[in-house]
Parts: sequence; structure tokens; C-alpha cells
Amino acid sequence: MLSYDIVVIGGGPAGLAAAIEAKKNGVNNILVIERDRELGGILQQCIHNGFGLHIFKEELTGPEYAERFIKELCEMGIEFKLDTMVLDITKDKIVTAINTVDGLINIQAKAIILAMGCRERTRGALSIAGTRPVGIYNAGLAQRLINMEGYMVGKKVIILGSGDIGLIMARRLVLEGAEVIGVLARGSYAAGLGRNVVQCLEDYNIPLMLRHNIVKINGKDRVESVVVVKTDENKNPIPGTEEIYECDTVLLSVGLIPENELSANLGIRLDRNTGGPIVNESMETNTEGIFACGNVLHVHDVVDYVTQESQRAGRAAARYVKNEFVTNSEYIKTKPGNGVKYIVPQIVQIDNLKGPIEFFMRVRDVYNDSRIIVKLDDIKIRELKRQHMIPSEMERLVIDSRLLKEGSIMTVEICSGGEL
Amino acid sequence: MYDVVIIGAGITGGFIARELSRYGLNVIILEKDNDIANGTTKANSAIVHAGYDAKPHSMKAKLNVEGNKMFDYICEELDVPFKRIGSHVIAFSNEEMVIINELYEKGIINKVPGLRIIDKVELLQKEPNINENVLGALYAPTAGIVGPWELAIALMENAMENGVELMLNSEVINIDKLESGYKVYTKDNEIKTRYIVNCAGVHADEIHNMVAAPKFTITPRRGQYFLLDKKAGNIVNTVVFQCPTKISKGVVVLPTVHGNLLVGPDAEDIEDKRNTETSDERLNYVKSASMRTSNKIPFNKVITSFAGSRASSDTGDFIIKEAEDAKGFIDVAGIESPGLSASPAIGKYVVELIKEIHGNLKENSKFNSTRKRIIHFMELSEEEKHEIIKRDPRYGRIICRCENITEGEIVDAIHRNAGARTVDGVKRRVRPGSGRCQGGFCQPRVIEILARELNKDITEIVKDGLNSNIAIGKTK
Amino acid sequence: MEKKEMVCIVCPIGCHLEIIVDAKSETGYTVSGSQCDRGKTYGIKELSNPTRLVTSTVKIIGGNLPRLPVRTDKEIPKDKIFECMKIINVSEIQAPVEMGQIIVENILGTNSNLVASRSLH
Repeated sequence: MLSYDIVVIGGGPAGLAAAIEAKKNGVNNILVIERDRELGGILQQCIHNGFGLHIFKEELTGPEYAERFIKELCEMGIEFKLDTMVLDITKDKIVTAINTVDGLINIQAKAIILAMGCRERTRGALSIAGTRPVGIYNAGLAQRLINMEGYMVGKKVIILGSGDIGLIMARRLVLEGAEVIGVLARGSYAAGLGRNVVQCLEDYNIPLMLRHNIVKINGKDRVESVVVVKTDENKNPIPGTEEIYECDTVLLSVGLIPENELSANLGIRLDRNTGGPIVNESMETNTEGIFACGNVLHVHDVVDYVTQESQRAGRAAARYVKNEFVTNSEYIKTKPGNGVKYIVPQIVQIDNLKGPIEFFMRVRDVYNDSRIIVKLDDIKIRELKRQHMIPSEMERLVIDSRLLKEGSIMTVEICSGGEL
Repeated sequence: MYDVVIIGAGITGGFIARELSRYGLNVIILEKDNDIANGTTKANSAIVHAGYDAKPHSMKAKLNVEGNKMFDYICEELDVPFKRIGSHVIAFSNEEMVIINELYEKGIINKVPGLRIIDKVELLQKEPNINENVLGALYAPTAGIVGPWELAIALMENAMENGVELMLNSEVINIDKLESGYKVYTKDNEIKTRYIVNCAGVHADEIHNMVAAPKFTITPRRGQYFLLDKKAGNIVNTVVFQCPTKISKGVVVLPTVHGNLLVGPDAEDIEDKRNTETSDERLNYVKSASMRTSNKIPFNKVITSFAGSRASSDTGDFIIKEAEDAKGFIDVAGIESPGLSASPAIGKYVVELIKEIHGNLKENSKFNSTRKRIIHFMELSEEEKHEIIKRDPRYGRIICRCENITEGEIVDAIHRNAGARTVDGVKRRVRPGSGRCQGGFCQPRVIEILARELNKDITEIVKDGLNSNIAIGKTK
Repeated sequence: MEKKEMVCIVCPIGCHLEIIVDAKSETGYTVSGSQCDRGKTYGIKELSNPTRLVTSTVKIIGGNLPRLPVRTDKEIPKDKIFECMKIINVSEIQAPVEMGQIIVENILGTNSNLVASRSLH
């Protein structure tokens, strides 16, 4: 059996950053396992700019961002296996994987970092009525086909879902010569970043159709048209508002789901709100020595935060391997309060913290001129003003860990308007 | 000149072809679609019924019970997944208990083995997720589940191995009667044959009317389904029917042979025979109706929804006979439920009909009754996994992450008899794209493998039909 | 007084800017709502001379992949994007390529080069 100090599952931005950081923290025997044919993960198909502003203070494309980390990983001599699929992970940290070169391999790890990323929600999960012709693509799949494999998916496209990939693909399709009828959002705001609404839709006069949904797809071999309805404030179709749009392609950008099949099989507890593992301040799951970071933990919108979070996981895994880790210490739990969808991490062991601790969270609704209130057992310990918050943009919250001593539950809630 | 032209490569066409391949006959199957098993066979409840439901002494009753018994050895010969898990018809009122008793009586006349009426306690022991207000159930131990298209594909592979020819994309557009036999016209070919077997599913009446006076009409009866993730597959352990009432036949909840959960169908007569659209209204009906069986069905784990079309004849029974005014033309029509269950017996029955017309048939001395399925890598032992990757490294490359399907399996599916030519064809044979991501990750790889193995350009690879190209062209 | 509201695209924060044409100001505008100076600069430029980075792909021969991602190394005027795409669409390069390698120099005379945004061998 092969043996490594740390095995990182996934060679995308999360896995790369975690592995590099672990190495920088004194662990030499690291293996990164990637199922695709190259490192970099989904960044390799995200050829647009906008990556790296926080970390590198410049605007990089996805492949450029990935290449910096891949280069660093290679220069540090960290081992990786490509085209290799992990089939199973046990609680004793034995990773079973296969590829065409080594065949079936078992690897004993001292610590494991889960960085498998996420997958796209599908048409099937939405149960959109109608036929099942060709021409219905998840936006990420279309992005891969167009940007990496060089194939066009359609000429006249309607996009359901206003997440970032949907917005970015709208621009991409127009630049490649397709017509984009519009980007539909079920709710009353775009799910993607504001800057992407501006530079992907407004720049190209692509309509953003708020409060619309596709209820039926028509077409025999290929998509021929879709039935679009207006939606009410609860996102339900308003009868009588049906309109038919002719098109040959439907792109779906309707959400991402952390890929936790391996984690769940291993008995790792998942957070219903994030779809990812429940982790502590060190990004450690409920299984000792198994850490998680990146989109497998919760879906991010900015890769820089993935990197920072993964570095944290890498540092913690290194400390774990070197037996510098505090376990079973006093801990507090975090709890999403009014207006908050989730908070990561869900558990904080104060003894593992030196400086401040960073939380990632998402709000449930749009909030203008509001405040984030942090309470420890009902006592307010922090209040932060925010001009504008929307569910699709992750919020970062930095709390001095000294404030978290002597408590059991930290609640975060949103207070809109001026008064408490 | 062919001896037999079979029109339609669904499950019945498959069984008939394979049965005929036991004899020294020239047999060809004409299929209108771009793959076999692409009509009713690919979208149905996948149930091998016990046989208590059909009207006593009907063709349906006789062939269902007979066919059911044949499944064990046929699925063993053809290496197809089949599980005799049993079925329950559940009753929630005294009225429904009466109907269950009637079904039981019918089952006894139809000679269904092992039927029993069980009480609530026994039922809930076997099916703990069924709603607690249930009163009792009719238990049929001989009911089972099977992969319908896997079976049809296996039959075709085996029939071709034994000499049957297959012609895809060959819709029959006309048939001429000849002095002795027929000339069958497709868009590209004219085929002479002595006999025709018409198993054209929902189109069987149209084919019949090309050579004979109209005798029956086939109405497509659409049924809609939900397929749920494997995580939901253990909601029920058997096929659970609701009690058929005057108002509704109820919906079925069952595990599939692959461990998913299947919920449906409704029943709706429609006009367009090729219409397999789903509708919100009907799917909502299926959802709410199924909640009557169990309120624990996790509809947030739906992978996909789909619709199938049953070939329902106005005679109410299977029509399996030589047309009165067209000698040597055999109809196999109206094969709706329990068509899948009856299909092995239908195959035998049709061969008997041909023997009656033709006289005794010469045996095919080279007939091989067995067929080996595509190796499923994940089902192998660790030892075997090592072995197979050493022999063919392509088994070491996982293409479908959700179902863990290797490149080796996909390549095998492409190069077999009646091999996969399309993305959906690969999916039906080895399942990449059947999982929760529905092809989101593996589709580009599957397209690439198809293009490579078939020596085609990626832009030529289709999802299903000839005009369903996935990539419409290159960028730049 | 001319007033324009816009969402800043400089970074993912997406500040809601309000720009007022203000003759008294040194730049001719006053910008409010931005959290940083780059946002102010963006707001003014967006009104006076909007520019964008262009990202796309070009054909590559002999690489691991059939397309190479490319970008302009500086922003180009917004109204030249489609013209720029025309050049990109007919460009072709031979592998290997290193990240940052110039594919088209001074594209459309914009002072911006089209460069490879990854290495491809």
C-alpha cells in the first residue's frame, strides 16, 4: 500500500491551494489526486477575467489563476496523479483510487483533504415538462464544450438561471456568434454578481428577464421552442402569462451542488444548508483528520476565497500530521439566525485559534443598508454595517476569537433598516 | 429474399428475432429509429407482472403467466439483471379489500403461483415505509423487476450472434404483396421476404393497414414517471401497486434493478403516437397519487422525469395472429401491459405461428443461447479489477463519476452487435448519464469516445435521432 | 445636472456608484458609493471612454486541447470588441505555447496585445 502524510482529493483551486499550503507548513509527503486530465479543475474552462483580485491584486483569467498554483505545486515537487478517480475513502483514511497506469491502488493517508468541488443541478432535478431533445445543456457543460473542446452548442439560445455561469455564458455565446434571447431569473434579482450583469448582459444588450421561468421545452430531435411564464413573488408561474420563444438551445444555470458522495459514504456529517460537510475552525469534518475546502464544502462565488479557505485547511492538515492539533477542546457552535442561510465553519474550537477567525456566510434575501449582528449566547459581540447584500454574494465575517470565549452558540443575524 | 422481416426492434421484436434465430432462416429486423429498444421498451414500468390482473382466458393472461415463468432462465442465458422481488397491491379501505379479493380470485383462475392476501402487520413488516392507514395487500411472490432495454439489447445481440440482421433508421413506408411473400419499402431499401412479423408498437395498426383491411386501431396511452436517486431506492422493497378502482388504476412505486426508485405512471390517451412529452399537470398528479402509497418518497431526490407510450389496442387484448387477408403477415399488436412480462412467451408463440404456416423449421445447429453482458467494473472483486485493468487499461479510467463507469465498458458497448452509436445508446447500455449529474461531466468524454471508436468527427455524434447532433459545429 | 447610476465592475463587490457631471471637480465628475479609488476611476471612465478586457479562444494546432484561451493584456475600447473578435476568430497558433505569449501584437492598434492565458503543450 502507498502511504502519504496528506492525500488531497481534487486538483482544482481548492486542492492546489491546500496542498501547497500544507507543504509550506512543513509536510513533505503529499499526494494530489485529480480525476480530470490536467490540474486546475473548473478554472481551466473559465477563460474570462475576474479572478485573483483579492489575492494577487490583479485581474486574471481562470486558466491564468490556475497556472500560477499549478506552477508553484510543481516547483515545490508535490506529487499528483491525473486521470485518477477516487472510488472510496475509509474512516481509517485509506483512499482507494484507479487510473490506467497504476490500476487499482490503495493509499494510506495520515490526513485527507476533501476538495472535490461541485456539480450542476440538472433539468431532471427541475422536472421541466416537455420533450427530451438535444440542445439542453447545463451552462458549465456548454462552457467546457465551447472553451476547451472548441464546439458550438447552438445558434439561438435561451438561458434559464442568472447565476454567474449563466451570465458569463451569455456573453461567451454572443461573442462566438450565437444569439441569446435572454437570461431568465425566477426571482426579482439576478443570482450572479452585479458586475457580471453589467459586463456580460448590459454590454451586449442581452435582456435580463427577471421573474420569468421556463415551464416547457418543445422539439423532436432538437429544441425548437420553450414556453416561458412570468412568476409571482413566490417564484410560482402566473397562469395566462405563457409566451413561446423559438430557440434551438436551452442553457441551465440553476445552481451548484457540492459533490459529497464520497464524504457521505464515509459517514461525514453534512450541513443541510450548505450541502457540504460540517467543519470546525480548521476546516476539519466530524471525522478526525479529514478536512474539506472549496466548493465541496459550500459553493463559492469568488475563487480567491476558495484559495484562502483551502490554505486554512492545508495549514490545519499540516498541524494535524505534525500532532500540533488541539482536539476535543471547548467549542462553540455557529448558528444562522434571522436572514442568514448558512455559516461556515459550523464549529469553533477556541484553543485552535490564535488570531481572528474568518466566517463565510450567505444571506437569504436582498438587504440594503443593513447590519450583520453577531451574538454569543444572546449577547451582541459584534455589529457590521453592510450597504448591499444578496444571497448570491458570499459575505465574509472576521471575528476576534477572544470575543468567542465563554459561550456556546454564536448566532449571526441580519438586521435591516436603522433600528434594532 | 429474406424468410422473415420483423418490423420493430423493441422487446417483442427482440424476443421474436432471437426465437427465430434458433432456426435456419434469413431474418432481418427493420427499426425506424437510430437505435433499438427506443420506443415503448425504453420508457415503461420495468415490471414483470405475476399475472393476476389480466382477464381470465385472454391472451394477456395466458402469455403473462407463461412469460413470467421464463424470465429466470432467459435472464440467466442472456446475463440480464432480473430480480423476483414480489409485488403488493395495497388496500386502504374495505372497498379496496373487496377489489383485492377479486384480483386474488382472478389470479387463481390465471394460475398465478403463490398469491396471498396479507394483513397490515405483515405488510408493514415487509414495507415499513407504506402509509400506516393501509388495511392489507395482495402479495404476489412471482412478480419481478427487470431492465427492459437491457433485455431488448441483449436479445438483439444474441439474435445477431445467431445470424439475424438489423437495419436501423429504416422506417417501413410501404409494403407490396408479391406472388409469394412481400416487398417491404423503407426510405433507402426494398426488401423481399416470405413472412412479415409486425411488432411496430404504437404504429402496428399503420403497418397492418399497408397489407390488410383495417382490423384494429392502436391508441398511444401515455404514462409519466419520476426516477429518483439511488439514495431513495430502498423506500420500498417490492413492487407496490395501488388498488385499481373505477376512477383510477393508481400509480406504482418500485425499486429498479439498478437500485433507483421509480414512481408512476399515470394513463392518458393521446393522439400523436410520437408524443412522449411530460407535463407539469400529469407529473403533479403522479406525485400526489404516489403519496397515497408512501408519504416518505423524497421527491427532492428526483433525477429525471419521463413519459412512455403504451400501444393500447381497441380490442382490449394482445393481437397476435396471421392477418386473415394477408398470408404470412403476422400481427403482434396491442402489446401494452403486461407486454414486457409476456414478451418471452410471445416470442415462442409467434415462432409456433410461423411453423404452422411454413411447416417444420430446420434447426440452426450453430445456435448459441448465451450472451455475456458488458462487464461492470464496479461489480468486480478487487482481484478481478486488478486483472482487467492489466489486460485493458481503459477499465482504469472512470468516465461516469456518478455511476463509476469505465471507458472499457463504453468501448465494449460500442463494438458489440447492435452496438451503441449514440450518446443515449451508450447510456442505455452502460448507464453513463443515468446518475445524478445526468451527463454533466461525462457527456463530452462519451462523445469523444464515440467519435474515436466510430471514426467520426465529434460534430457527427448525436444524442439519439439522426438529427440530434450535440455539437452543431466548431467554434472559429 | 446629469446623473448616472451604475454597478462597479472592477471587483466582485459590485459597488453601486452614482456619478454626477460636475464642472467644478478636477475630473469633471463626482463619484459616490464606491468603496475604493479604483471604483471612482472606473465610474468616470465608464462615462467618458468605456473599455473592457476581451477573453476568448484561438485555434491551436498540435496542443493537448484544440483551443487556446486568450485575452487582451489591456482593456480595449468597448466598441471595438466585435472587431477584435473577428481577428481572434481567424488567428491560429502552433503548440507549444507559454502563458503570456503574444498571439496578436497591438490588436486593432489599441496598444493592447492578445496573449495566451495559459500554457499548452
